[in-house]
Amino acid sequence: MQPEPELTCAELVELVTDYLEGRLPDRERRRFDEHLTECDGCTAYVQQMRSTIDVTGHVPAPELPPALEDRLLDAFRGWRSHG
Amino acid sequence: MSGSLLTNELALLDGLRAGDEAVFAALVGRYGGAMLRVAQLYVRSRAIAEEVVQDAWIGVLNGSARFEGRSSLKTWIFRIVTNRAKTRALKEGRSVPFSDLGPDEPSVEPERFRGPEDRYPGHWTMHPSSWAGVPEERLLASETLALVENAIAELPSAQAIVITMRDVEGFDAAEVCDALEISESNQRVLLHRARSKVRRALEEYLDAA
Repeated sequence: MQPEPELTCAELVELVTDYLEGRLPDRERRRFDEHLTECDGCTAYVQQMRSTIDVTGHVPAPELPPALEDRLLDAFRGWRSHG
Repeated sequence: MSGSLLTNELALLDGLRAGDEAVFAALVGRYGGAMLRVAQLYVRSRAIAEEVVQDAWIGVLNGSARFEGRSSLKTWIFRIVTNRAKTRALKEGRSVPFSDLGPDEPSVEPERFRGPEDRYPGHWTMHPSSWAGVPEERLLASETLALVENAIAELPSAQAIVITMRDVEGFDAAEVCDALEISESNQRVLLHRARSKVRRALEEYLDAA
């Protein structure tokens, strides 16, 4: 049997979301993990991607404009009196 | 959390059905801002996005009696706002085609990898920097978060909506596919392209320091 061709770094960066989402087939996942054990660059890249997800999760929700909040409360009262 | 309602959500739902204004105000406070952000990614106009949010809350109120709790309350509310936003965007002549995944660009600039003539083709010319030493205060500083927000705003709409639902709002893949009516593989491609671009923006910012 031919040995699996080694994953290149350029290929790995395109698989990183499938990897983090747990959607890589077992064989691909093994190639990915094997590459990581030998490549500091890709290890840093995957960590950067994890940090990116973490930072994105901290983006605060925008404030609701008070005028819209008032309109929503009016709509609620209207709904309650007709419902 | 999908598949079952939190006890807290059940209480909120009961309050909503009973016409409890404090419950309504609490739900608006919890989800209203995020709904406005998502609506704005569809319609791009702030005024129309506000109308979409208002319309969505009416939909929530009218539907609350029929809501059976097969999804979380949050998922259900976001499904309503994304549906209303989609309809409104169509009416405004600017649909968000989720089948259009955006250009198939490399996630990382090709020049960062060694060429085919190199002994190690496709490997990094220079390794990405480790962010392990970047202090959390800097990673999560409001300036960094604003940069991420801007990077998301510059994405094609479908990518911006998917990364906002997944990574900002924290919905799982199945919930996003359900709310946006897109396939799991399209969702993943859109997420990949979006995350890759946000990572690049962060890298440029953090490496420049």
